Amino acid sequence: MRQSNKIKHRNSDIGELFERATSGERRAVGRLLSIVEGGGAPADQVARLGHPLVGRAHVIGITGPPGAGKSTLVGKLVSEAEKAGKRPAVLAVDPSSPLTGGAILGDRVRIDANNVNTFIRSVATRGHSGGLALSVPGSVRVFDASGFDPVIVETVGVGQVEVDVTATADTTVVVANPGTGDAVQANKAGLLEVADIFVVNKSDHSGANDVRRDLEIMLDLSHATGAEDVAGGRAPIVMTNSLDGDGIAELWTTITEHYEHLVESDRLVGRRSHRLKTEVRSRLLTGLEGMADHLLAQRFEALRRASDESTAPSELSEQLLVELFAGPNVDD
Amino acid sequence: MSEAASSVETESSSDAPLRIVLAKIGFDGHDRGLRVVARILRDAGCEVIYLGLRQTNEDIVSVAEQEDADCIGLSMHNAGHMTLAPKMVEALRAAELDIPVVVGGIIPESDIEPLKKAGVAAILGPGASAEEVGRTVRDVVNARA
Amino acid sequence: MTEAYENWKQAYEAAKLRDVDFETMSGVPVEPVYGDAPYPGQYPYTRGVHASMYRSRLWTMRMFAGFGTAEDTNMRFKEILRNGGGGLSTAFDMPTLMGRDSDHEWSEGEVGRAGVAVDTLADMRDLFADIDLDSVSTSMTINGPANVAMAMYIANAENNGFAKAGLAGTIQGDILKEYQAQKEYIFPPRPSMRLVSDLVRYTTAEMPRWNPISVSGYHIREAGSTAAQELAYTLGNGFAYVEAAVAAGLDVDDFAPRLSFFFNSHSDFFEEIGKLRAARRIWARWLKQRYGAKDERSMLCRFHTQTAGVSLTAQQPEINIARVAIQALAGVLGGTQSLHTDSFDEALALPTEDAARIALRTQQIVAHETGVTNVADPLGGSPYVEWMTDEMERQAEEIFAHLLDIGDDSILEGTYAGIDNGYFVGEIAESAYRFERAVNSGRRIVVGVNEFTDGDDKENRELLRIDSEVEDYQRKRLATVKAERNDEAVRASLATLVAAAEDPTENTMPPMIEAVRTMATEGEIVSALEGVFGTYIEPAVM
Repeated sequence: MRQSNKIKHRNSDIGELFERATSGERRAVGRLLSIVEGGGAPADQVARLGHPLVGRAHVIGITGPPGAGKSTLVGKLVSEAEKAGKRPAVLAVDPSSPLTGGAILGDRVRIDANNVNTFIRSVATRGHSGGLALSVPGSVRVFDASGFDPVIVETVGVGQVEVDVTATADTTVVVANPGTGDAVQANKAGLLEVADIFVVNKSDHSGANDVRRDLEIMLDLSHATGAEDVAGGRAPIVMTNSLDGDGIAELWTTITEHYEHLVESDRLVGRRSHRLKTEVRSRLLTGLEGMADHLLAQRFEALRRASDESTAPSELSEQLLVELFAGPNVDD
Repeated sequence: MSEAASSVETESSSDAPLRIVLAKIGFDGHDRGLRVVARILRDAGCEVIYLGLRQTNEDIVSVAEQEDADCIGLSMHNAGHMTLAPKMVEALRAAELDIPVVVGGIIPESDIEPLKKAGVAAILGPGASAEEVGRTVRDVVNARA
Repeated sequence: MTEAYENWKQAYEAAKLRDVDFETMSGVPVEPVYGDAPYPGQYPYTRGVHASMYRSRLWTMRMFAGFGTAEDTNMRFKEILRNGGGGLSTAFDMPTLMGRDSDHEWSEGEVGRAGVAVDTLADMRDLFADIDLDSVSTSMTINGPANVAMAMYIANAENNGFAKAGLAGTIQGDILKEYQAQKEYIFPPRPSMRLVSDLVRYTTAEMPRWNPISVSGYHIREAGSTAAQELAYTLGNGFAYVEAAVAAGLDVDDFAPRLSFFFNSHSDFFEEIGKLRAARRIWARWLKQRYGAKDERSMLCRFHTQTAGVSLTAQQPEINIARVAIQALAGVLGGTQSLHTDSFDEALALPTEDAARIALRTQQIVAHETGVTNVADPLGGSPYVEWMTDEMERQAEEIFAHLLDIGDDSILEGTYAGIDNGYFVGEIAESAYRFERAVNSGRRIVVGVNEFTDGDDKENRELLRIDSEVEDYQRKRLATVKAERNDEAVRASLATLVAAAEDPTENTMPPMIEAVRTMATEGEIVSALEGVFGTYIEPAVM
């Protein structure tokens, strides 16, 4: 179901909204996030205004399979952050229905409990994963510029884009659950490579230690973890129980220590530069995709008519690529 | 026909799905209707921020701000609608949030007019069809645009 | 004659029969049972829990009462007893069910509305004033704060000279289905189960005539589940209570005979009958084979049935009378031990007295005019009914297998896991949505809603409204009780209760009984326990 009333907001003065957001008005932050999610020129304007103000927030990505207890865990983590006098923000990403584009976003209830200073925004992937790759960095920027710290991005670690946006965080946490083959799943989804910290949640479960052992074995075999370049060792594994809060304080300490280590070892700059590059790449791909679609719409039929049946798809695409970068073929 | 035409126009003017907060206030735990409506709205292309049971007016106002909600849907099955629904409307007004409130549930015919007078944008009865739910939400949001 | 038949005949002949003619309306005498073994009253009890079924005793026609103040309900109770009723069934108002007092902020508009308000022992005293608690059987429908209500009932009885060992009745006390469907929970699941275990241990030791849990599928079905989900989740909860009681040190046969069940009877006639027959068979098999029950009574799934409130339509409400009659008949053909029939106007408001009378008369027609009570399990042996029974059992077994899978071979752990990860809530909501879509698309006809809609007459229907005087009265009463009590004694008793709650080896029932004697309110007791156990927030998994 589409609607029109936010047009009004889009046309309102984004600069003024920005001032209100940075002076702490939550409603203005909420509105800016909608503008970012909507994409296009207004979102770009928000990005321009926000970019000079960013860099203060510790960005934490949390991902894992569905049902791993991520939301409850995030709720406990923001409580720790609030206790430490911080002003956290959470971006809780859930998939949209591929059929209808709609979504039911139910995570915030589990995050929200008693954390009055935390700003929580529920985000749907809105069908096209490219949108998420643009909107998540944009929303993180709004939070950072508005003075929120830390900014936690929570995703279900199933799609490549979800993994990617989590992986561009300063600290990436991968959550696994006992009894569900999660360690193996995480390996398959490419999560082992991006994790700075592993969490085995539901530590009271009988299979928790098995998962820990599986993770250790896989990490020993792969040598490809994000933490290796920071601490020179394997990514730490923290056992937690998000129901009773066991291990949460330790996890929070591990996360903040990871960040301090990044700062002290000067690796934060590299990470942030990588994040910037990833975002630019996403934007570039989106732009190219738009150009490709445009070109296809303009040229494909004519090109096919002009070629014979034996022309291979690769030849067609090569010809279009040439046109894309050399300009249109004038003798058409 | 004209309704169809205008909805196409609406669609082309913005891609953003409607964002709707669904909640129940107070003790009442009958959430079957709320969960069904959540699915109806999802399948109509809305983004539903599902808060579920035992929310307070303050909770809902705060969530509506953070989520930049277009509409708030409350479900009531305990006959408390005559006190609870107007209080929700009042809380939004006090916070200067211009967001329509739709109430669903067991609402006797005679209570509909007083609720509308109190500022409730629309009322959906127990037998409301999916089509009716979708149209009502779209209409109350567009009326505020 | 087979041995099974001889055994059945012996049991039948030993049973006392009602003094009526077991023949058709036209005077044709009929046998007490037809078809093959196993017969009614024989393991696995698919065909009924007794050999003689309704020939000995009709089901109990239990009607729920509770409204306004404790005095109002007390008057209704006395009227029921005067009219020959032997059982009192108590409905509490929403604040009481949620463990909050009448002066709580959220109680506004709810006090005394859907049941009686009980804040303190003083209300319990008024509720059961001048009633012989040794001779009546009391049913209390309350779950989250069940132990507080039980403590008040015991303290009040003792204050009036009745020994607790002589008290007879049932408290619903089924907390697991609250997380799955009805949502009237207070504490998180595990501490709630601690309280259930405390009550079970206490009643097992001290109150032999009291049933501490009525495992209820009714609300699961009302929340939108299918028949098979209702069956499986309910019996699964029953298994979970058995596992918890055994873990708390009880022998299965000390405890299981006092479990009873509560099912929904919905509109699909044969599915309901199959469900109820399957319930008895599954329970008997699991108790015997998995939980090692030796006592036959442990294996009997005895249940109360209520017609499906959710099936009642606001459109053309009078036609609900026909729905209720068909559902009631299904409950009886399914072999229920007691039955509540809904009033036709319940989709609009609380039932009026006239509507409640028609509902009771409906059961009486089934009991006395239809002849279905002459023969035990009259549908047994029908290929369709037997197939449906098997099918319900098959679907339920699939669900049990899933619970065992996610619970490391424990139904209790599987139930916790299913609550934590939203399994039950999500499955029920999906079923509700599937039904809704079928109605919306017109593939399923609901008479008066999406077909045959002529004749809906909306004007001037008489509805029951509770005035706000009850609420004012109850708040004043609570204020008076609080003003007259010894606050120091209240504080001390709550501190003792909290200490017991913090020690998992203690039983919280004795200190809770002491606390209610000091006129500590239900809300105060619940708040004190929340300090130890925490408050449950539902994971909004869709």
